[in-house]
Amino acid sequence: MKWFDYECPRTVEAAVGLLSAPGRKVRALAGGTDLLVQLRAGRREADLVVDIKEIRELNELRLDSTGLTIGAAVPCYRIYNDPAIARAYPGLIDAVSLIGGTQIQGRASLGGNLANAAPSADAVPVLIALGARCLMAGPAGARSLAVEDFCVAPGRNALAPGELLVSIHIAAPASGSGAAYLRFIPRNEMDIAVVGAGASVVLDGNVFAEARIALASVAPTPLFAAQAGDSLIGKPVGEASINAAAEIAKAAAKPITDMRGTAEYRRHLCGVMTRRALTRAIARAKETN
Amino acid sequence: MPSQTHVTTTINGEPVQFLCEPRQSLLECLRDILGMTGTKEGCNDGNCGACTVVFDGRIVTSCLVLGVEAQGKEISTIEGIARGNRLHPLQQAFLENAALQCGICTPGFIVAAKALLDQEREPSEERIRFWLANNLCRCTGYDKIVRAVEQAAAVSKQEAAR
Ligand SMILES: Cc1cc2nc3c(=O)[nH]c(=O)nc-3n(C[C@H](O)[C@H](O)[C@H](O)COP(=O)(O)OP(=O)(O)OC[C@H]3O[C@@H](n4cnc5c(N)ncnc54)[C@H](O)[C@@H]3O)c2cc1C
Ligand code: FES
Ligand code: FES
Repeated sequence: MKWFDYECPRTVEAAVGLLSAPGRKVRALAGGTDLLVQLRAGRREADLVVDIKEIRELNELRLDSTGLTIGAAVPCYRIYNDPAIARAYPGLIDAVSLIGGTQIQGRASLGGNLANAAPSADAVPVLIALGARCLMAGPAGARSLAVEDFCVAPGRNALAPGELLVSIHIAAPASGSGAAYLRFIPRNEMDIAVVGAGASVVLDGNVFAEARIALASVAPTPLFAAQAGDSLIGKPVGEASINAAAEIAKAAAKPITDMRGTAEYRRHLCGVMTRRALTRAIARAKETN
Repeated sequence: MPSQTHVTTTINGEPVQFLCEPRQSLLECLRDILGMTGTKEGCNDGNCGACTVVFDGRIVTSCLVLGVEAQGKEISTIEGIARGNRLHPLQQAFLENAALQCGICTPGFIVAAKALLDQEREPSEERIRFWLANNLCRCTGYDKIVRAVEQAAAVSKQEAAR
């Protein structure tokens, strides 16, 4: 790895100050499970690495009446080890418990998963499905953005220069709601999704009141298949409505061919994984009713 | 001028200080600066788990931690596993079950498995396999490793009952 300087600020303001340093290539460091690999391989450059793990707001993990606030640097294991969070957000738990293996989950954060902006990022589809928002702080102040608008291109996010992702907020689950994330990979752990699907539904009896679907690894960024979810609203829960939504998700996908699968195979999997994610989300919604 | 950083940390219960460059991984600091070569390097990118250490209570791949991040933290490595001259039940079970051949993966497996047994008395085979999914072995085919962890769990349970 090339030489870089290291700072470990204690406050958001100090971190933003460091990230805004003029003329320097500055990178935030959370768990380092993407960044250190990329710096070592020369795929990204930094002359200053700002460790954000000692900042209070970025370590916050709070469940209250407004929902769940996850500090951007909170590692995966803290999320799935919290029984109340696991009960309220099983779809999120699906995602954070399949990122890497035990060692990676001890370090990898949701903030890093998002900010790295990989099309295959496993936590992003379910965050989109859950309607999560990113809270950011920068030289121009604080702002928030829907997760579906955060990743803008492979490896590129919506953060302005000097801006820091502070936390992710998910609203309290509505009654009759359920969510799920599933991915298709050749082995159970430690691989990158060929296709991933996140779904979140709110049921009113046997009718969809709300539905959101998002996909991993089928487009240059995690893909919000808004029309697929919208198609379900007002429809009865059943094979016909689910299959129709899966067809719309398939049509929205813009997959490529690589070593993990051909575009055609991925498109087929979009339909399969959307159906499965919806089915699991529906089952969970019925359990909570 | 680039300068080295002074790091004060705790390794296997002992206070330790060292000088390193910010870009050096904890793995490099352990092996090349502190001469603690029990922790192994396999892939240097987080996939193989040979470099596993306990970092503030969680197992991590030390190739993906910076040495400077060790400031004020508690670290445990393979060197801290044996109890004086007595092997830890996991080490004994790895020997008895031939759960190693070349041995490069072994320190990582033992550190990771110990972290599991420290928190769960009787993990199922499935639990052991998922817990150790971040540790790769090119030699044994994993089965003997899983048997060794099961045996060590049984031995530790007996010891605790005594
Ligand atoms: C062996 C291995 C297996 C993996 N398996 C998976 C997997 O199954 N699924 C998956 O999705 N990913 C996987 N990954 C990738 C990685 O672990 C995840 O993307 C992880 O969530 C990244 O989080 P981090 O905290 O380590 O981020 P870091 O590496 O610290 O940061 C990632 C990027 O985001 C930026 N950044 C981080 N936090 C902020 C912030 N608060 N504000 C602004 N920018 C920020 C950094 O500058 C960097 O560019 C794997 C990685 C490895 C090494
Ligand atoms: S050397 Fe660190 S995981 Fe392989
Ligand atoms: S014993 Fe050789 S890699 Fe595991």
